[in-house]
Amino acid sequence: MTEQPLTVRGVTVALDGRPVLRQVDLDVSAGEFVTLLGANGSGKSTLVRAAVGLVATSSGTVELFGAPLDRFRDRQRLGYVPQRTRAVAGVPATMHEVVMSGRLARRRFAGWRTKADVAAVEAAIARVGLSDRTRSSVSEMSGGQQQRVLIARALASEAELLIMDEPTAGVDHDNQESLAGLLAGLVEDGTSVLLVAHELGPLRPLIDRAVVLDAGVVTYEGPVDAIQDAAHVHVHEHGGEPDHPDGFSGNPIGA
Amino acid sequence: MDIFQYEFMRIALVAAVFTGLAAPAIGTFLVQRRLALLGDGLGHVALTGVALGLLTGIAPTVTAVVVAALGAVLIELLRMYGRTSADVALAMLFYGGIAGGVLLTNLADESAASLNAYLFGAITTIKSSDLVLVGVLGVVVIVLSLGLSPQLFAVCQDEEHARVSGVPVRAYSILIAVLAAVTITVAMRTVGLLLVSALMVVPVAASQQLTRSFRTTHLAAMAIGLFSAVGGLVTSYQIDTQPGPTIVMIALAVFAVASLAASALARTRSARRRVDST
Repeated sequence: MTEQPLTVRGVTVALDGRPVLRQVDLDVSAGEFVTLLGANGSGKSTLVRAAVGLVATSSGTVELFGAPLDRFRDRQRLGYVPQRTRAVAGVPATMHEVVMSGRLARRRFAGWRTKADVAAVEAAIARVGLSDRTRSSVSEMSGGQQQRVLIARALASEAELLIMDEPTAGVDHDNQESLAGLLAGLVEDGTSVLLVAHELGPLRPLIDRAVVLDAGVVTYEGPVDAIQDAAHVHVHEHGGEPDHPDGFSGNPIGA
Repeated sequence: MDIFQYEFMRIALVAAVFTGLAAPAIGTFLVQRRLALLGDGLGHVALTGVALGLLTGIAPTVTAVVVAALGAVLIELLRMYGRTSADVALAMLFYGGIAGGVLLTNLADESAASLNAYLFGAITTIKSSDLVLVGVLGVVVIVLSLGLSPQLFAVCQDEEHARVSGVPVRAYSILIAVLAAVTITVAMRTVGLLLVSALMVVPVAASQQLTRSFRTTHLAAMAIGLFSAVGGLVTSYQIDTQPGPTIVMIALAVFAVASLAASALARTRSARRRVDST
């Protein structure tokens, strides 16, 4: 695989006339684990939403696996975990059914599930450690488990690039540990990862490169260890939002 | 049974079978999407379609399906591109549909009372020529709802994730709305335009009291819809009431029984758990 999974060049996004991202570049190379950090309102969520095509850009380009976003057809190569804390809609659904919808990149317009779909869904569920809950209704599961269901849905397409928008938000330490173990296994298999996070915790040792956004501009790019200072210098408070320098070290605040 | 000796009852029963199956088949997706009231809005729009038929002399079933389908496309486009929020867009459909319907009926020199048969259903008004259209449209709704259920499930479960997966979310959102509009026309003569939405929503609400999976909820809702439509029709013949309200009351009764059964089940389970843990 020679194409770079994600290439963002000079992307500018304005929401309701307010500039949220200004001339942002972002790369994720094959097999690389990149984390996107920043205070609330820094634009990190908007950047990943622009990268997967959920937010329109006013200038700049996004390429996925060498194809411009609007001509990117190999959708199964991309796994997306949206920023949600629940996986529930208005009608009950089992975890198996929700994870199965992650296979639709392979039959977008029509078509029922195949044996290969079932095998991939069961493998994805096993990978997030929920095989004993396959037929459970998602609404009966805890918040941390629902978060893992959304990750399994992203894994079900057998994606080469996993884009995760704050999968650690509101997840307890044990679930963060198991997420770290899961991602370590994926990285070993050659999966590229772009992770938006507020705090890294046990995920920290996995990260190849960190990108820090502040007010829609990239203010730091480099190893995660050097970030403490950069975060102090650049991540200011925005509209009363506290910044979390301690979150980056993975230590609880005050420890 | 002696009710089969009348041709209008045989026709009405066939119409009830298609209505009972089709309404929950598409209604499940509306409930999943939290757009349960969309059917109501489209029912009001279909009333304008009926009145247009009365005014022009074209069969009201045909004008209703065309106008309701156009209304469905319009509301989905408003939801996608408009600055109006979904609930305000639905409210506009309610008012415009009712006002347009009564206004056009007046212009057609008919009293608004003649709309009564369309609002609450009237089995004796179903003609065998209507039945062909009702049957074809009913089969289209059922086949598409079941055949495209993996894709429609994904769109209604998590629209953004479906979009990232490359599922044509806009096209399928419009399809769901148009199928809802078509269902309304199918159900117009049996349940009536004002109560058709109940047959899209109540069987789904009843079945999800007792189910865990989407698939079971979907199929059980269709079974409850079929039972309510046929049962309501037969009952309305026997006690001489309008079919729409009778069908809806039976669906609501099924809902009440299902929720009682669900809470009884939950109590038994928690009691058993308490016994196990001691």
